[in-house]
Amino acid sequence: MSNVTIHAIFDDEEPLMATARTFKSNGIRIKDVFSPFPIHGIDPVIGVPRTWIAICAFIYGLTGLSLGTLMMWYMMVHDWPTDIGGKPSFAYYMNVPAFIPISFECTVLCAAHGMAITYYLRCWLVPGAKAKNPDPRTTDDKFMMVIETKEDKKNNIESLLKNGGASEIHYK
Amino acid sequence: MHAESEIREPLILGNKTYHQISEDIVRPIEGKATKQWYMLLTLATICFLWGIGCLAYTIGRGIGVWGSNNGVDWAWDITNFVWWIGIGHAGTLISAVLLLFRQKWRMAINRSAEAMTIFAVMCAAIFVTLHTGRPWLDYWLFPLPNQFGSLWVNFNSPLLWDVFAVSTYFSVSLVFWYTGLVPDFAMIRDRAVKPFAKKFYSLLSFGWGGSARHWSRFEEVSLVLAGLSTPLVFSVHSIVSMDFATSVVPGWHTTIFPPYFVAGAVFSGFAMVQTLLLIMRKVYHLENYITKKHIEYMNIVIIVTGSIVGVAYLTELFISWYSGVEYEQYAFLNRATGPYWWAYAAMMTCNVVSPQIFWIKKLRTNLAFTFFMSIIVNIGMWFERFVIIVPTLCRTFVPSTWNMYHPTFVDIGIFTGTIGMFFTFFLLFTRYFPVIAQAELKSIVKSSSQEHKEKAKQHAH
Repeated sequence: MSNVTIHAIFDDEEPLMATARTFKSNGIRIKDVFSPFPIHGIDPVIGVPRTWIAICAFIYGLTGLSLGTLMMWYMMVHDWPTDIGGKPSFAYYMNVPAFIPISFECTVLCAAHGMAITYYLRCWLVPGAKAKNPDPRTTDDKFMMVIETKEDKKNNIESLLKNGGASEIHYK
Repeated sequence: MHAESEIREPLILGNKTYHQISEDIVRPIEGKATKQWYMLLTLATICFLWGIGCLAYTIGRGIGVWGSNNGVDWAWDITNFVWWIGIGHAGTLISAVLLLFRQKWRMAINRSAEAMTIFAVMCAAIFVTLHTGRPWLDYWLFPLPNQFGSLWVNFNSPLLWDVFAVSTYFSVSLVFWYTGLVPDFAMIRDRAVKPFAKKFYSLLSFGWGGSARHWSRFEEVSLVLAGLSTPLVFSVHSIVSMDFATSVVPGWHTTIFPPYFVAGAVFSGFAMVQTLLLIMRKVYHLENYITKKHIEYMNIVIIVTGSIVGVAYLTELFISWYSGVEYEQYAFLNRATGPYWWAYAAMMTCNVVSPQIFWIKKLRTNLAFTFFMSIIVNIGMWFERFVIIVPTLCRTFVPSTWNMYHPTFVDIGIFTGTIGMFFTFFLLFTRYFPVIAQAELKSIVKSSSQEHKEKAKQHAH
């Protein structure tokens, strides 16, 4: 039996949410939802797991902190220790208060850019990438639900979508 | 969904649908530019070009062409640097701190405030790169292995902290701003008809589609970036203030500097946001989005930060007397009554006295008065930095080094040039970029728009 992709357009986010809940209770999997703005609370309904990106940012931040510390230790203490204003740099711990600002900046620099790069690559948002929304109206005021299903379930889904308030249904 | 009391004033006026919001935001981009826009752009570009000329002259002849001299070795360069960096801080405060506090009114103003941040930091960067005297050697500021043996940069110096802080601040602000812009570029791309516009916005939108998975990551990224930017913005101006505070110059060597500088930065930044937005909302007919309530909220921030600045000025005076150190006492006496008393008087009037007028509700909701006040605050905050730097340096420990500072046409030219550059970039931004974060704004239509609130009120009765 052949697979079919259904693109259902909604005019508002509430009917889409309600329909998505019905689908969840009926065990129908929604492949994706495209919307002009984030619909809060939809992730658990359509099975989008919580993103790991904040944890990545924390790890990038720790990396930045370590690299910054290593850099300052190497340059100021190990490679060429200098005595500036009677405050010699003979050990890292002696000078650590002066190193706090740059340690912080290195942490933020790596956390922010590392996370941003991860985000852009993970979503494959790169210059020249093709638009990912199947219908251009979904960045303006329409909401689209994408369902991949078998041919025999098509009619059942269609009636659920129509009852839920979908304004257009397309098959691909 | 976000719920909001119906008696709270609406953030979006008129009966706006999602589509109408798109239309209103895109209008300045798809429409033809007005005559005023071209006139303003020409004026700004002329100032910008004059600034580039003065900049080239400085590089060719050396910073001897400035008014800075042997005693007053920091003058307009650092005054302007601190002024511009301070202006930038309001953008980050609006987009990051207000996001963490879940202030929905930020959504109408964050985009243009962040643009302001980026352009202001670019202006500030011109002064720091130039004031080194030999800007072609500015790469010495970075911790690079060099040809003079393995001598490294000095990590104990606040001037180096500044290099790290300002470059981190600029790049992180840029990423934060652009990440928010991507969905809005996609909206413009999807409705563009002209082939060039379609191509241009396709390239800028990075192929954004608005899938649920991407929105979920988008929101997490925005939140974490806001969380990172908040301490960052405080660190940047604290470090800028440490350029002064860690020195042994009387009048600079005070622990109050970091918080006082941060408050001053937010104060002047909000004033600049008011200056820009009051014109922008009029020219682009955005009165339904940037409402009187938004202006009032910003004026309240101006009262709060202006009062913090006022308290800081008075604390400084008290501490200099209480310290019993005669050099410290003289530094402040000299500021208030010395040869630059007029700058001190201007600073006190513009920054301490004038924002208190905003306690009167009628005046803080009056747009023409707010515009006038925003200019006053901008001038006052410029004088604050001038007062900290020039009067202090013109009367230091050895009286034989005492002398006055007079700006030359080059000093004035470069400053005018940065103002020109700032407005050139801002005008181009308002013409080609979405000036309001429309995707975010659409998410509060159901809770904070006038139409929704009226419906909710009827429902309640």
